Amino acid sequence: MLQEESDLSLIIAQIVQKLKGSNLYSQLERQAWASLQRPEIKLESLKEDIKEFFKISGWEKKLQNAVYSELSVFPLPSHPAAPPEHLKEPLVYMRKAQGSWEKRILKSLNSMCTELSIPLARKRPVGEQKELLNKWNEMGTDEPDLSLFRPVYAPKDFLEVLINLRNPNYENGDSLSFRTHLGLIQVPLKVKDIPELGALGRSASNKVINKKQNMGPRKQDPNQREGEFPRNDSKEKFQDKGCTTGLKHNNPRLEQEKECFVELGLNIGQLGIDDSTQVPPELFENEHVRIGQKVLAEQDSAAAQQYIRQGSPTALRAELWALILNISSQPEDVLYYEQLKTNVIQHDLLVDSLIYKDVKLTASNDDYYFVFEDYLYQVLLCFSRDTSVLSHFAFNSASPPKSYIRGKLGLEEYAVFYPPNGVIPFHGFSMYVAPLCFLYHEPSKLYQIFREMYVRFFFRLHSISSHPSGIVSLCLLFETLLQTYLPQLFYHLREIGAQPLRISFKWMVRAFSGYLATDQLLLLWDRILGYNSLEILAVLAAAVFAFRAVNLMEVTSLAAAEAVLADLSTLKVMPLLQIFLFATVT
Amino acid sequence: MSRVLVPCHVKGSVALQVGDVRTSQGRPGVLVIDVTFPSVAPFELQEITFKNYYTAFLSIRVRQYTSAHTPAKWVTCLRDYCLMPDPHSEEGAQEYVSLFKHQMLCDMARISELRLILRQPSPLWLSFTVEELQIYQQGPKSPSVTFPKWLSHPVPCEQPALLREQGLPDPSRVSSEVQQMWALTEMIRASHTSARIGRFDVDGCYDLNLLSYT
Repeated sequence: MLQEESDLSLIIAQIVQKLKGSNLYSQLERQAWASLQRPEIKLESLKEDIKEFFKISGWEKKLQNAVYSELSVFPLPSHPAAPPEHLKEPLVYMRKAQGSWEKRILKSLNSMCTELSIPLARKRPVGEQKELLNKWNEMGTDEPDLSLFRPVYAPKDFLEVLINLRNPNYENGDSLSFRTHLGLIQVPLKVKDIPELGALGRSASNKVINKKQNMGPRKQDPNQREGEFPRNDSKEKFQDKGCTTGLKHNNPRLEQEKECFVELGLNIGQLGIDDSTQVPPELFENEHVRIGQKVLAEQDSAAAQQYIRQGSPTALRAELWALILNISSQPEDVLYYEQLKTNVIQHDLLVDSLIYKDVKLTASNDDYYFVFEDYLYQVLLCFSRDTSVLSHFAFNSASPPKSYIRGKLGLEEYAVFYPPNGVIPFHGFSMYVAPLCFLYHEPSKLYQIFREMYVRFFFRLHSISSHPSGIVSLCLLFETLLQTYLPQLFYHLREIGAQPLRISFKWMVRAFSGYLATDQLLLLWDRILGYNSLEILAVLAAAVFAFRAVNLMEVTSLAAAEAVLADLSTLKVMPLLQIFLFATVT
Repeated sequence: MSRVLVPCHVKGSVALQVGDVRTSQGRPGVLVIDVTFPSVAPFELQEITFKNYYTAFLSIRVRQYTSAHTPAKWVTCLRDYCLMPDPHSEEGAQEYVSLFKHQMLCDMARISELRLILRQPSPLWLSFTVEELQIYQQGPKSPSVTFPKWLSHPVPCEQPALLREQGLPDPSRVSSEVQQMWALTEMIRASHTSARIGRFDVDGCYDLNLLSYT
């Protein structure tokens, strides 16, 4: 009891500390001061009156959304004795593996730098700055000579590192026994089974809602809210959407599976299935759109997150994502983006050439995304200059590369991070941004959404960590699902030397961007936001294999297996997920 | 409540095995670690912290003096506390753990020795233990300070009337305003934000050497 209370006050203190530095805090303060003019605010009951004012004017909602956003992104405060590295990654051998992987990347970048005799960073001469400023909106027309550049690494290099990941305390015997992993990943992380994947949806939302309900009155200034969160009734509304009474009394295994990603259930309406042309819109689609508009009117992040688990109507998607990620385009944000643009113009980084190369190789060659080439440069170049991204390294197992100002090697006052945001792009990195271009056309908003998506989700796809949404866990989850539910297929593929992970890894690292059709990809990313987890990527990968199982059983080589799975653009994501989670019961 | 670290001597862990045969496939699943306090009188235990290393379950027994004349007895104060929810997987394997007095089964007064019984039923791990073991007892309550005489017996006020006649402002008003200003500066000093400024260069310069590996 004592422990929970002290944990809770620690969490509250941490969130308050974080929010104190934010824009919202100063806005709330200003609003509180301004509200003193209002007649209903009386001196005797100042605190209560201001709280009431915040509730009515919608500021409480904004604060609520900010707190919810903090809870979703930042991990819980850890044990006081735990060093900061422990928060980044608790398992020592994974930290070491990540460290040596990073060293390899740095060596590769350094050698590229010395071979090509190009500095890591240089200040642009004034003429060049003017030229770039003029060309800012059409950087795609530029055709610099990038033939000498090569991407720092590709997903398959990263896969080799993951395959070789070993826990030194784990029995990695040569003899085949129950403890041998048949797939490529050899670390014993805990991954969910299909029954638990269902409970994922329900428990995640419950945990956060309970936490918020327990947060009682806070001690400090009157700007902080207290008391109830009118969220439960909206949650009930969404969960009762399907008729769930019928199957409850059947066998307990089926009931467990019903817990499965409960909002993706067969008898709950989904966008991606129930909005197809054969289904009359009155059955599901119209009502769903109406609820979506209501959620947007309420401006409630948590309700939006719950709503989007059933998919988002195309017209509402951009606003819903912005609400869930707690992005509101304030003038300060536009100004911040302009500042980043100025930084791009003033300094030229080697990383910029890597970004150019990556965009030219991937997004420009893609039928859906080549039109957005210019946007991609505008977002990614600014992303490299954004030092606010550095704060996510507190809970990312990776660390930003360090360097020193020329001539001042070893002096800490002249130590800087390179690139300024600490993220070195790899082959395919620009595909994280490309699908967002369909939703947002204003560069600063597009930029903010991408940055938030990166520090919440995408960073986990290219760093070695034991987090349940980390790429190692996703790979293990994929292999485990395949072995458990499609054992014949798994055995066959293994026998012909076509380990399934070799094919599906590139899908998961890119979160399926560039492999699925765009509308399907956006439906998938709706669920990533809704469940605040990337596990659905592994489930989809397994579902794709299940779908093409018949063809795969007939192939006799890795190349042939790759050919069967080369084109995913015709796949419909939601039916695949539903079949795999609900209809493939053994 | 403050806590004070108790210097302890942690003996090496002893594996418990059935029989003398040590086969290559059998690994002991139970380890016992004894902790003694050579230079400390029997004390009241407040908290135990340690870093786990692949231990699944923990039991703790303490040697306790119940009253002045009876010899000390061994009592189990924690039974099968779960550190790893799934002993075959990595969850909780390297976590930092704190155990408090209120979680124990018995009262923790007058402890002279501690015995940790570690269990790891899974054969997948080569070894298991707990590290960085620290035992805390309750710190002293805030000591009663004797106030200096001038604080407890303030000197009666001097005559303020003299100052007013000389055209100087009212000292009590001045002092209250100064106090308010001081409070404001303290508030500002206390509420430092952790927000970054956003500059990545050093004095406008971002010419770099190569990336460093350390």
